[in-house]
Amino acid sequence: MAREVISTGNELSALGAFDAGCMFFGGYPITPSSEVMHEMSDLLPTVGGKFIQMEDEIAGISVALGASMAGTKSMTATSGPGISLKAEQIGLAFIAEVPLVIVNVMRGGPSTGLPTRVSQADIGQAQYPTHGDYASITLCAGSLEECYTQTVRGFNLAERYMTPVFVLLDETVGHMHGKAMLPDLEEVKASIVTRKRFDGKPEDYRPYDVPMNEAAVLNPMFEGYRFHFTGLHHGPTGFPTEDAAQCQFNIERLVGKINTVAAENDGLDDEADYEEFMMEDAEVCMIAYGSISRGAKEAVMKLRNDGIKAGLFRPIVLWPSPAKKLKEIGQKFDKIFVTELNMGQYLKEIERVMGRSDFGTLHKANGRPIAPLEMVAKVKEMF
Amino acid sequence: MAFNYDQYLRVDKMPTLWCWGCGDGVILKSVIRAIDKMGWDMDKVCVVSGIGCSGRFSSYINCNTVHTTHGRTIAYATGIKLTRPDAHVIVVAGDGDGLAIGGNHTIHGCRRNIDLNFILINNFIYGLTNSQISPTTPQGMWCVSAQNGNIDPTFDACKLAIGAGASFVARETMLDPKKLEKILVKGFSHRGFSFFDIMSNCHINLGRKNKMLSAMENLEWIDSITTPLKKWEALPAEEQMNKFPTGVLREVEQAEYCDMYDMVIEAAQGKRGKITQDDFAKKI
Repeated sequence: MAREVISTGNELSALGAFDAGCMFFGGYPITPSSEVMHEMSDLLPTVGGKFIQMEDEIAGISVALGASMAGTKSMTATSGPGISLKAEQIGLAFIAEVPLVIVNVMRGGPSTGLPTRVSQADIGQAQYPTHGDYASITLCAGSLEECYTQTVRGFNLAERYMTPVFVLLDETVGHMHGKAMLPDLEEVKASIVTRKRFDGKPEDYRPYDVPMNEAAVLNPMFEGYRFHFTGLHHGPTGFPTEDAAQCQFNIERLVGKINTVAAENDGLDDEADYEEFMMEDAEVCMIAYGSISRGAKEAVMKLRNDGIKAGLFRPIVLWPSPAKKLKEIGQKFDKIFVTELNMGQYLKEIERVMGRSDFGTLHKANGRPIAPLEMVAKVKEMF
Repeated sequence: MAFNYDQYLRVDKMPTLWCWGCGDGVILKSVIRAIDKMGWDMDKVCVVSGIGCSGRFSSYINCNTVHTTHGRTIAYATGIKLTRPDAHVIVVAGDGDGLAIGGNHTIHGCRRNIDLNFILINNFIYGLTNSQISPTTPQGMWCVSAQNGNIDPTFDACKLAIGAGASFVARETMLDPKKLEKILVKGFSHRGFSFFDIMSNCHINLGRKNKMLSAMENLEWIDSITTPLKKWEALPAEEQMNKFPTGVLREVEQAEYCDMYDMVIEAAQGKRGKITQDDFAKKI
C-alpha cells in the first residue's frame, strides 16, 4: 500500500536510504544537506546500523567507503563544497569499484558561494567530480517522492554497477516540506539490489577479473575471501600493476560498464530516466530538471492558456544522459527552450547530443529560483 | 625452529619494493610475529595503509587489505571497524601520512578511542618522493624541499596521541625487533586506540643528505635520540629535550568507541534510556 507522509526532501532521502537497506552513514555537517544526516543518526541505530559524524568532509566519505568495503550498504550526504573536498576519495571509489550513494543537496557556488540558497551548478561536478577517466551515474530528484525513490534507486545502481552514485537534490527540493506518496514498502524491498558475490573456493577468487563492461565482484571482508583494495591501477586480484594493456582495459571497462551499457540497453535499469509532461501535442519543448522543473510545469500551463502548445522534458538520470530520447527531441522540435539554475552546464550536454545550439535559454546563478512567468516571457520571445 | 613468515605473507609479491636496508621490512616481520602471538585468524584481520613507502605494507601481508589515499587511513579503518567490531584492524601510515596530511584523522581517531592499532612508521622524511621535510624531520636537517636547512619545528607524535586521548601510546624503534614485537602484542591486546610511534631509518633519502650514508649510520642516530622511558625520566630537562622516551608511555582503560556505539543502538531500540551525562564519569 502506498504510504502518505508529510516530510521534507532531505528527510525523505534519508528514509529512502534506510528502506533501501543502508546500514552505514558517514558525514560532516553542511548546509543545506545536514537534515539527511540528522535523520540517518535517528534511523540507523534502530536496526543496528552505524552512524558517525566525522571530523571533516574527507573523513565523512572515507569512513563510509571503509564500511562499504567491509560489505555494507553505505552513504554520505553533503553539498558542493563537501563534494570538492571528497573528490579524491570519490576517485578511489570509481577505480576500486566501491559502491556508495552520495547525496548532494546543491547550493550556490563556487567556493562558499550561497550556502542557504538554491542552485543546480554541481551538474558538471557530478559528471567529473575527480581527476582521471571514469563514468558517473547521477540522478536528480524533482519532487518529494523522488527524493525517496531516487535515493532507493541510487543504492540499487551503486550495488549493481559497483560504483559511487550521485543523488542530486537542490536546496529547494531538499528543504521542501509537504505531502508525499511513497511507494509500498514491500514493493520497495522487493526491488532491492545487493552486490553480487563469489561463492567458489577462496583460491579461485579474482574480484577484478571480469569481462569488458562488467562490474567487479567484491565480496564482504572477513569471510575468507582475502583480496586487496587499492586506488592504484590493479590487475585481476586487485594488486597494483602498471601493465599498459591492463591499465587501458581498466579504464575502458570503468567507462563502458556505465556508458556503453546505458547506451546499449537504453538506460541502466527499468525505471524512468526522464518525465514527459504534456509533450504529445507540444510545439515547443521546455527542458528543465530538479526544483525548477516544477516552475516549468506551471509555465507550460500558462503558455497553453496563451495559445502556445508547450511541453516539458525533465531528465531524471542526468549522467549518463538519456541521449536517445534527447536526440529524438532535437529532431522533432523546432523550438526548444532550456532553463537551469546555473550558467548552462546541462545545456552543453543537450547541444552535444542534439548537434545543434539554436535554443531559447534562461539561466540564473544568483541563488534565486526562476519564476514561471519569467520562463513564459522568454519562451514567447522565441515566437 | 625459525619462525615461518610465509603463511602470513603474500609470497608472490616478494621481493618488496622497499630499499635495501629499509626498516619497513623489520616492522612488517615484527607485526607478523605479533599477530602470530595474538593467535588471530588472518581472515578476521584487516590491514589498512596510506600513501608512501608504508603504503605498500598492506599488499605484502596476507589478510583483508586496503591501500587507501594519502592521509585517510584512520577514517577508512574506522568505517571497517565500526561495521565489523569483531575484526582486528591494523592501520599503517608514515610520518607524512599520519601527522601532516592525515593529522586531523589521527587526532580524532585517538579522541574516539576506537579499537584500531595505528602503526606510525616514523622515518623522519618523505622517503618515497625523494626527501621532502615531514612533520618529524629535525630542524637543521637538509632535504630537497629545505635545501638551506629545515626550520620547521618538529612534532612529538606520542605527545599528540596522548593529548588527543589515545588510551595506549607507545614508542619503539626497529633496532630491537624483539622489543618491538612485545610492545605490539601489548598494544594489540589493548581495547581502544593503540598508537605506536615506530622510529625507522631512511638512509637513502634522509641519511644521504644528512651525513648518515648507510643504514647503520642512520640507525645509530636513531639509537642516539631514543632512550627507555625510565632512563629518560631521570634525565635533566635540557637532555630530555633531545631524547625521545621509548616504551609504553600511556596505558589506561577508557571507553572504546564501538562499545559506546552499542549504547546508542540500545537507546534507539528502547532497551535502555537515552544516553545522558550520567553515563560518563567525565562531564566536561
